[in-house]
Amino acid sequence: MSLLESARIALRALAVNKLRAVLTMLGIIIGVGAVIALLSVGYGFEDYISQQFAGLGSNLLFVFPGQLDQGGPPGRRTTARVQPLTLGDAEAIADPFQVPDVAAVAAEYSRQGTVVRGGRERSTQIVGAPPQFQNVRNFTVIEGEFIGQDQVNARSRVAVLGAKPARELFDADEYPIGQTIKLNDVPFRVIGVLAEKGGGAFGNQDDIIVIPISTAQTRLFKAPVSRGALAVSIIYVQVASPEAMDQVADRVTDVLRERHRISFRDDDDFSIISQSDLIQVFGNFTAVFTVVLGAIAGISLVVGGIGIMNIMLVSVTERTREIGIRKAVGARRRDILLQFLVEAIVLSMIGGAFGIAFGYLCSILVANLASLNTVVRADAILLATTFSAAVGLFFGIYPATRAARLNPIDALRYE
Amino acid sequence: MNDGAVPLIDARDLVKVYRMGEIEVCALCGASLQVRPGEMVAIMGASGSGKSTLMNILGCLDVPTRGQYLLEGTPVEGLDDDQLAEIRGRKIGFVFQSFNLLPRTSALNNVELPLIYAGMSRRERRERAEAALQAVGLADRMHHRPNELSGGQQQRVAIARALVNQPAIILADEPTGNLDSRSGEEIMGIFQQLNAERGMTIMFVTHEPDIARHTQRIVRIADGRIVDDQPVTEPLRAPGR
Repeated sequence: MSLLESARIALRALAVNKLRAVLTMLGIIIGVGAVIALLSVGYGFEDYISQQFAGLGSNLLFVFPGQLDQGGPPGRRTTARVQPLTLGDAEAIADPFQVPDVAAVAAEYSRQGTVVRGGRERSTQIVGAPPQFQNVRNFTVIEGEFIGQDQVNARSRVAVLGAKPARELFDADEYPIGQTIKLNDVPFRVIGVLAEKGGGAFGNQDDIIVIPISTAQTRLFKAPVSRGALAVSIIYVQVASPEAMDQVADRVTDVLRERHRISFRDDDDFSIISQSDLIQVFGNFTAVFTVVLGAIAGISLVVGGIGIMNIMLVSVTERTREIGIRKAVGARRRDILLQFLVEAIVLSMIGGAFGIAFGYLCSILVANLASLNTVVRADAILLATTFSAAVGLFFGIYPATRAARLNPIDALRYE
Repeated sequence: MNDGAVPLIDARDLVKVYRMGEIEVCALCGASLQVRPGEMVAIMGASGSGKSTLMNILGCLDVPTRGQYLLEGTPVEGLDDDQLAEIRGRKIGFVFQSFNLLPRTSALNNVELPLIYAGMSRRERRERAEAALQAVGLADRMHHRPNELSGGQQQRVAIARALVNQPAIILADEPTGNLDSRSGEEIMGIFQQLNAERGMTIMFVTHEPDIARHTQRIVRIADGRIVDDQPVTEPLRAPGR
């Protein structure tokens, strides 16, 4: 009997038992679909994290006041002696004679604040920043312009809107440049709008309003004065080359310890974190996340496999009789095996195809709901389909093999 | 019986032993039987007498524990599974008491089944299956499924399936056992017609004397042995169709 004939018999047998065929396929569809969807979310998440760090700007060192908790007991933090970072510190770091290999330095003074325009009011992060902030943090201006040095010098009441407040305060057909908004009841003129960056590792990078740092420190908020200079929240240091990162971090530490007059016995009252530190911290997190997703995906594969196994084994009674009938009218062992092999392959292939489509749809759904760039990768598809097909083949063929070995009378009597 | 022609069936001393736990039970304890081409034979016996076991062995559905079985002069014992399957497909048409049709499959496809395994082309298969269904009077029911047919009609589909391969012999294990007397009479009519018009050798098991008397020869079996073998002087004629 030809292969074509076996295929025809198998397809007819499937068409005759549509419900069983659909149930078997359902197991494969769910198994394959779940694995593809889950892994795509995992990959999407990894992708998202690495994009976030790429979006921050390159070769960055973040200098924060105080010791970031390194996992020790909370009481260890020496907050009492912490001196704030100041504009003076930022200037010292920017001085090439004190710290070489620095491309740019930007200090930031930011607070949560309220913005009002017309009847709309919302809370947002108000960031006081110098002109360098745009390049260091990798922002693009899509409308108008960024804050200039003149405006910092003059402590102007001008504001550059992040993508989110721009969207929420202004209708799509309104042109925001030149309009007036009120930050904590102080009127500001909008001079620019930033391009969208997507949610960030430090909260939403789009939910900000940037004003000149001098305006923030003196006119909008009252920044404390320390050692004769105004305090800042954070200093960004852009290093000239990736190789110089460690060396620059060491030099910044030395300069700040000296400026803050910290004796050699005491800990730093500031923290320097590089992008690679952040990536490492989040890398550990994503690794755990991927393991969890992988475990869930594995469980769904196993459950799908059990579903396939069940339906295949359950149909044995009926099929054993069928095998008896077929053998009684002249089917050889090979004919029976070929029929079941083709049936299992057809089920696995159709189920696998639907499963891939199903997983793909789920992945797109998640991408739209969670604005995550989910990635359906070939290895996920391969893993899921191979496993399901193997389970389907094994549990489709194994009972059939046993039945094909029976003599026809025993197979016909089988209940 | 030794009139020179090679017997179609030549079974000598067939023994079939079943093991039930510790006890060995012989369903057949040395049965010998010869059937010549063109004969129509009924096998009678009480239930448990071994008549179905004999039928299954003669139909190559089962193998004897001991004894020799020549089908058209060829020894059958010692053949492997696949060789037996080939003999079943080519030389034997088997009709079961419980019809054993594939469910949810049309009468035509059921009848085609043996031809598929015999490796026949689709067109030839279709023609021969249609002819076989016509021969059993089901030309108008070809595309019905078993559950849409009466018991008598299902058995006629099974007979069509048995004769579609033009086998040397049709073996039937209580073919009328599940049917009312009118349908049973119809089946006998078909058997007699096939025997008379095509010279087809037919052998069936029954425990109804009225059914058995439609044949030319009645073999009685008891306790795994053949106890009586007599020609029927005046066979009953089933009403022709």
